[in-house]
Amino acid sequence: MSTLDIILQQLANGLILGSFYALVALGYTMVYGIIKLLNFAHGDLYMVGGFVGFLILSAISGLLGESWAAIVCSMVLSMLAVGLLGVIIQRVAYRPMLQAPRLSILITALAVSMILSNGVMAITDGEYLAFNTDLSFDGLDFGNVFISYTQLALVVSASLLMVILYLFVNKTLYGKAMRAIAIDQDACKLMGINVNRIIAMTFFIGSSLAAAAGVMAGVYYGSLHFSMGFVIGLKAFTAAVIGGIGSIPGAMLGGLVLGLLEAFGTQIPFVGSEWKDVFSFGLLILLLILKPTGILGKTEIERM
Amino acid sequence: MNASKNETVLELQDVETYYGKIHALRKVSCTVRKGEIVTLLGANGAGKSTTLRTISGLNRASKGSITFMGEDITGKQPHEIVELGLIHVPEGRRIFKGMTIQENLELGSFTLSDDSERQRRMNHVFEIFPILHERRNRDSAMLSGGEQQMLAMGRALMTRPKLLLLDEPSMGLAPFLVKEIMRIIIRLNKEGVTILLVEQNARVALQLASHGYVLETGKIVIKGDAETLRQDESIVKAYLGD
Repeated sequence: MSTLDIILQQLANGLILGSFYALVALGYTMVYGIIKLLNFAHGDLYMVGGFVGFLILSAISGLLGESWAAIVCSMVLSMLAVGLLGVIIQRVAYRPMLQAPRLSILITALAVSMILSNGVMAITDGEYLAFNTDLSFDGLDFGNVFISYTQLALVVSASLLMVILYLFVNKTLYGKAMRAIAIDQDACKLMGINVNRIIAMTFFIGSSLAAAAGVMAGVYYGSLHFSMGFVIGLKAFTAAVIGGIGSIPGAMLGGLVLGLLEAFGTQIPFVGSEWKDVFSFGLLILLLILKPTGILGKTEIERM
Repeated sequence: MNASKNETVLELQDVETYYGKIHALRKVSCTVRKGEIVTLLGANGAGKSTTLRTISGLNRASKGSITFMGEDITGKQPHEIVELGLIHVPEGRRIFKGMTIQENLELGSFTLSDDSERQRRMNHVFEIFPILHERRNRDSAMLSGGEQQMLAMGRALMTRPKLLLLDEPSMGLAPFLVKEIMRIIIRLNKEGVTILLVEQNARVALQLASHGYVLETGKIVIKGDAETLRQDESIVKAYLGD
């Protein structure tokens, strides 16, 4: 393989991985932006999203097979279901803790994370589930570089979701209210904005994006496991911090940077892909030392 | 003034508010009638802002009642109170920095679903504050103090308020800007907006208001029409010294 081939192949791999990271990082960053909570359960919503998507796909495969139509259908339904789950978690676990010290709500988030992952573990007996699809193995063949249509479709769908989110946040009144809540909650109340409703909406959107990534990951890797949310939760958190936590474009950028870094990192001589986590978390440490606000983050005065 | 014969817009009866364990308001009662400008005077920490925050629902009254246009609003959520036409422009302006002027104004009309009406109201705000029109696509963080105050007031006007609570609109502004803001307050009042004005600058406030209340450590200690308050030695000493 020529150097150019390697670059192209890793670019493709990095973009796919980066899209997953970005989708999950968006929920992290949006929730942090409005209620300053690091939602440790967010990675688990990605995992639950994968499983819910699998259940729906199994249920409708009799009707639609395991074609693209069926996968898109189960992704959308999984997004709705997990979005709702996110709203319920927010209402039951986080909202009563909003006035409590910051540490209490962090611990609550850890508890929610454990409930979700152990719950799925109990249901699945801790087994891997094969996520079967009828998708063809065709793709774009550039000699040494091969990009499957599935990979292409995943990147396109992830990008589409991010474009929709971007338009929502910047062009609609509800999206603007979401940004305004991150700036000043009391002022929002004085504008007639029902702050609790916008917070619920933010959890819905963030959770459903994580679910979309979970279904995509199921399609991409072909299997699901209850622990799959843990590492991606950490990675998405890293991506959000790299981009500047609280910043929506930052989360997208941070996710892509992380995905590309891990893909290209595997090409360093004598360094295998098992080292990719080292690159991600190494970059996190470097960034926290050099520019703690992240690439697109704004300097803000921390009030604890 | 014939305003005093008009109907009551806002009435506070023996309102008490706590900040944690601090007893911030003690038996505060006051009345604002339709078409009036009423002022609430007092030193720093006397409870002026707390009174406004309690009216708009940001703080909860632990005792007493607040009535707006005949409806009991004690204990209502701030966003519900806004929908009734009572708008609070908070201390320090609290505009959404990082968002454009136009976006700030749009959020002011959050409760409105009709886009053409939103545009009409925005044009009205731009007519009152031409400077905001000129800079509508700029980040509001770039505005000067006076412009930020204008934006905060413009944003409140987007709701078409019946009653406007203004918390220290003159704070930190140069004298010519204070005059400009005063002129606008008078104009809004003539357009039919009733105003409850909190000021530390009593001289300015008593020029605008028909009558006023003086707060001291959470209690109303003096009330009367503006002319009487201007003549009152103790008020002159305490609040007109600067």
